[in-house]
Amino acid sequence: MSRPRDRAERREEGTAAPGRRRSRDTGRGSGRRMPGWEIALRYALLLAVLALTVGPFLWQLSTSLKGPHEDIFASPPSFLPEQPTFDNYVRVAETIPVWDYALNSLTVAVVNVVANCAGAALAGYALARLRYRGRRAATLVFILAMLVPVEGIIIALFTTMRGLGLNDTLAGVVLPLSISALNVLLMRNAFLNLPYEVEEAAFVDGANVWQRFVRIALPSVKGTLAVVAILSFMGAWDDFLWPLIVLSDPQNFTLTIGLNYLHGTFADDERLVAAGTIIAVLPLVVLFACLQRYFFRGVGEGAVKG
Amino acid sequence: MTTPTTSPASTPGRTAKRRAPSGRPPAGRPRGGRSRIRRQLPMSPWLFAAPGMLVAGAFSLYPFLSTVANSFTDRRALLPGSFVGLDNYREMLGDEMFWIGLRNSTLYVLGVVPALVVLPLLLALLVEKQIPGITFFRSAFYTPVVASIVVVGLIWVWLLDERGLVNSMLEVVGAGPVGFLSDQWLLLLSAMAVTVWKGLGYYMIIYLAALGNVPRELHEAASVDGAGAVRRFLTVTVPAVRSTMVLVGALSSVAAFKVFSEVYLMAGPDGGPAGEDTTLVMLVQRTGTGLSGRVGYSAAISVVVFVVTVALMLLVLRADRKEDA
Repeated sequence: MSRPRDRAERREEGTAAPGRRRSRDTGRGSGRRMPGWEIALRYALLLAVLALTVGPFLWQLSTSLKGPHEDIFASPPSFLPEQPTFDNYVRVAETIPVWDYALNSLTVAVVNVVANCAGAALAGYALARLRYRGRRAATLVFILAMLVPVEGIIIALFTTMRGLGLNDTLAGVVLPLSISALNVLLMRNAFLNLPYEVEEAAFVDGANVWQRFVRIALPSVKGTLAVVAILSFMGAWDDFLWPLIVLSDPQNFTLTIGLNYLHGTFADDERLVAAGTIIAVLPLVVLFACLQRYFFRGVGEGAVKG
Repeated sequence: MTTPTTSPASTPGRTAKRRAPSGRPPAGRPRGGRSRIRRQLPMSPWLFAAPGMLVAGAFSLYPFLSTVANSFTDRRALLPGSFVGLDNYREMLGDEMFWIGLRNSTLYVLGVVPALVVLPLLLALLVEKQIPGITFFRSAFYTPVVASIVVVGLIWVWLLDERGLVNSMLEVVGAGPVGFLSDQWLLLLSAMAVTVWKGLGYYMIIYLAALGNVPRELHEAASVDGAGAVRRFLTVTVPAVRSTMVLVGALSSVAAFKVFSEVYLMAGPDGGPAGEDTTLVMLVQRTGTGLSGRVGYSAAISVVVFVVTVALMLLVLRADRKEDA
C-alpha cells in the first residue's frame, strides 16, 4: 500500500525531470559552486535564446497594437507602438467573424478533450487491466493506428467523411482526432504501472469493473489524464491540414483556417493578421502557463519510458 | 479496507481460476492476485475498448487500406473510378511535379534533422542547471511548440517579408532586402529554419529528461581526470544520451518528410515560384482535393509517403542497433 502514496507525493512535488530530483538528493555539486563568469554566461545565453523564441511573438503583439498612422515597415524598426490601440482587434472582427471562429475552435477542442480523456481512459484500462481473449489483437489495432500518419490518409479520410455525410461540419473536424491511438497507449502505460493490490481489495469488497475503474484506477492516473487533456486541446486548437481539407464553408471555419483565409484575402494589412494571430495564440499560452508543470513531466516521462 | 484471509472457496473469483494457488492470503502476492480480477462480464472489456477501436478503425486503419486500394484506381472526387493497375505509379515516374515534391521533402529531412538532433541538446544543457528563474526560461522556450503552426507561419511570413523586421534590421547594417520568401531556395531554407525554431522546445524537453538520468559520477570522474567541458560533453554526455538522439532523429526525420503547413503557409498553396517549393504532402493535398481531385493519383503519392517514412524509421533504428553491436 505504500507505493501509491509515494507516487502521489512525487506528483505533488511537481517539477519536471525525475533525474533532477534524484541528483539533488545525492547532493550533486553540493561542494562546488558555479563560478560567477559561468552564471553570467548562462544568463546571457538564456536571454539570447529568449529573444529568439519569444521575440517574434512580442513583435506580432506590438504590430497588432500599432495605430493606423504608424509606419509598421519603418527601418530601423520601432518595437513599441507609438499610438497603442485595440482598434485592430475590433477591425479584424469586422473583417472576418473571428469570434465565431474562436468559438468553433473552442467547441472542437473541448469536445476533443472530453472524448480523448474518456475514450482513451476506457480503452487504456481495458488493454492494461482486463483479461480477455483478443487483448493482444486489440492492443495491436491501436499500435497500427498510431503508426498511420494523418498526412498519408488525408484524402481517404475526406472521402470517408463524405460517405458519412459529415463533410464541412465541426463533427467532421473532431471525429478523426476524437480518440487518438497515442493517447490510448499513454493511458495503457499509466494503468500498467498501478499496483494490483488496491484494485484487488476493491474487488474483494464487491466492486464491479466499472466501479473499480471510476473509483480506484482513474483517480490514480490523474497526471497522465492531464497530459492527455492538454495534448488533445493543443492538438485540436492548432490543427491545420485536416480542417483545411474538410471545411469549405467560411461559416464553419476554425480559427486556424480563418487566419489562413484572413491572410490570403487581406494580406495588405499586417495589423489585422497580427491581431488575429494573437487571438489564436493567447488562450494556449495562458492554458500552457497554468498547466506546464504537468506537461513537462508528462512529455519527459513519456519519452523516457517509451 | 479489510483483506480477507478466509479460505479460497469463500472468496468470489477464486473458485474457478486454476492460477490462484490455494491456502495463502492474497495480499502481497501480485501474481496470484492478478487472476482474481479476471471475473467480470465477458463483454465488458470489449465495451470499454469499443469507442477507441471504432475511431482507430474508421479513421486510421480503414482510410489507410482505402488509400492503398485507391492508388490502383483512377478514382476522382465524384467518380468511383476503376482498377488501372500500376498506371498511377507509372505516371508518377514521368511527372515533374512528383520529382520536385520528392526532392523538396528529402531536402527538408537533410536540412532539418541534424539541426533538431544537435541544437535542442545544447539548449537542454543550458536549461539543465537549477539556477533562479530557470523554470520561466524553460516554459518560455516552449512557447513556439504551443503556438499553432498557422500562427507561427504567419508570424514568420511577416518577419521575413521584403519590408519585414528581419529585412529592416538588415538594412540598418547596410545589407539590402533579402528575398527570403521570393527566392525558391531561400524560401525552402526559411521554412526549414521555422520548422527548427518551432521544434527546439519540444526536443529540448525530451533531452532534459534524458540528461537527468546521466549518472553524475561519470562527469565527476571525467573532470577529476582533467577533462574540460567540451571533452566531457563529447565523452560523457553524448554517449549517455545517444539513444535519445536516435529517438529524436527518428521522430524529426519522419515529421520533416511529411512537412506541409510551414511550406504551404510561406510559399502559398501553389508552392512558391512555379511550384518549385511544393512538398510531397502538399502535392497529395493539391491533387486530391477539389471537384476534379484525382483521388487515385493522390493516393499513389500517399503510398510513396508511407513507404519513405517507414523506410526512414527503419534506417534510423538500424543505425542505432549497428552502433550498439
